[in-house]
Amino acid sequence: MTTTDASGEEGFTEHFEALLAADERIEPRDWMPDGYRRMVLRQVAQHAHSEIIGMQPEGAWLTRAPSLHRKASLLAKVQDEAGHGLYLYSAAETLGVSRAELLDALHGGTQRYAATFNHPALTWADTGAIAWLTDGAAVVNQVPLCHTSYGPYARAMRRVCQEEAFHVRQGYDVLWSLCRGTPEQQEMAQDAVNRWWLPAVALMFGPPDTTAGGADDRTAAMGAAVSRRSMAWGIKRHTNDELRQRFVDNCVPQAERLGVTLPDPAIRWNEERGHYDFGPIDWRLFREALADNSQCARQRLAHRVAAHEDGAWVREAVDAYAAGRYEEGQSA
Amino acid sequence: MTVSRTGERTRDVAAYALRLGDDALVLSQRLCAWVTNAPTIEEDLAISNIALDLLGHARTLLAYSGELDGTGRSDDDLAYGRTERQFRNALLVELDNGDFAVTIARQLVYAQYGLLLCTALAGAGDAGLAGFGARAAKELEYHRMHAAQWTVRLGRGTAESHRRMQAGLDRVWPYAGELFEADELVERLDADGTAVAPARLRADWEREVAGVLADAGLTVPAPSWHATGGRSGLHTEAFGPLLAEFQSVRRQYPGGNW
Ligand SMILES: [Fe+2]
Ligand SMILES: [Fe+2]
Ligand SMILES: [Fe+2]
Repeated sequence: MTTTDASGEEGFTEHFEALLAADERIEPRDWMPDGYRRMVLRQVAQHAHSEIIGMQPEGAWLTRAPSLHRKASLLAKVQDEAGHGLYLYSAAETLGVSRAELLDALHGGTQRYAATFNHPALTWADTGAIAWLTDGAAVVNQVPLCHTSYGPYARAMRRVCQEEAFHVRQGYDVLWSLCRGTPEQQEMAQDAVNRWWLPAVALMFGPPDTTAGGADDRTAAMGAAVSRRSMAWGIKRHTNDELRQRFVDNCVPQAERLGVTLPDPAIRWNEERGHYDFGPIDWRLFREALADNSQCARQRLAHRVAAHEDGAWVREAVDAYAAGRYEEGQSA
Repeated sequence: MTVSRTGERTRDVAAYALRLGDDALVLSQRLCAWVTNAPTIEEDLAISNIALDLLGHARTLLAYSGELDGTGRSDDDLAYGRTERQFRNALLVELDNGDFAVTIARQLVYAQYGLLLCTALAGAGDAGLAGFGARAAKELEYHRMHAAQWTVRLGRGTAESHRRMQAGLDRVWPYAGELFEADELVERLDADGTAVAPARLRADWEREVAGVLADAGLTVPAPSWHATGGRSGLHTEAFGPLLAEFQSVRRQYPGGNW
């Protein structure tokens, strides 16, 4: 479609706004504002990249899983995450970019992934904490995304959501066993929860977009502007801080049942709000801590790039085979 | 699984199941190391799926072996509680992954063997092995197809992929023979139809693999030396580090609850 005259554009805008107002899905064939396309693409690509990079911290423990049952569960989980990455890359491709372009953007650092995964998985218990907390955070984000306005993204989320909920239970179960094991195992579980709590709370929900989570006015206002736009377009349904609260509310009773302490002394039930209070996140400090962790971030990306580059000859072979070029090449 | 026999024959079946279980366990462990390192995300997924199937085979067979050998050891006891010399896997499955072509060559050799063996086992006199064979054959059929398709794509892809695929075959080929070795154990079990002597499968295996290599424009490697020793616990030097990694966490926490 090449119509760019003002009246044509207006007709398209009306149609787009009407779809949003009726809470219907925007499909790839529908006209959409550039800003909408860019925002959906950015989010879906970031989500896809997070699934793929997120395979690394847990994948590193596949060869060391301490029982065959846990090894099988972890293999199945990491396999699911690869599948999630594939659904999401396909959803992103409907917006007119290829998988190769998306991977180049990840490898080149122009598209991001959830910085949560830039934390190192130091012990076996981390596989439990990651699945319980980061997949748990992912579920809180993704349940509303099943109704996001962009059709292919909403459908991908519906397929992903159930599996993520299963991962959360699996992670909880890993920790459950450790918490009922030897004192050394209990210590390992608590230590992993200590290290993965803040990354999940702070980084899985995006930047603050209200002052509720302890952000200063200016930071909150910046986040709020982005969230407002995204909500107006029906991409997001809740503020980052609302979802963060929902996550904390889920985790506190689960932690109590597990017998681990969430590393935030300010957590307590607030009768008036009907929510758990939690300590303000020091966003400035957190950003500095992330910079310190950039060793791990570089390693995640380098791992990904190495796999991609080492596999280049394989992908070239696939292309050549599909094109039937081999015999010509040999006889030339 | 049904324990249908007693005495010596039962211990033979236990030893036989242990060999096959160790093959599947060690190959699964090797494949685990590919996950997040594969050439495409589709392959991360396919390889983890195959590793998961093999792990399932290992669990069934090790649990069965422990049930029959009189020690009452669980699959975990056998996987995590033995030392290098007590493992009975063929050397093929412990070879370093190498590049993707080496891994595919190893997959082709193993999956074709596993498919023929499990198909034959489905008719074995031992009910436990027969049940396992029938179930596992379906999965190995997919593993074989996966390996065969890659062998052809790489063989008929680029000059580089052709060269690498041939080199991968040359690398693993000397380790194929051990899979078909005969010894007193398998001969006893084969004699009355309790289980299958893999030597019976060799001709079919050679024909099937040669067919794939012909489709791929690759050469069947010339017979050279023949690796052996795994079935009596004499492994390659690569096996110690593999096992140390595999068992590390469980050994760090004695008496742990997992
Ligand atoms: Fe996922
Ligand atoms: Fe997940
Ligand atoms: Fe499978």
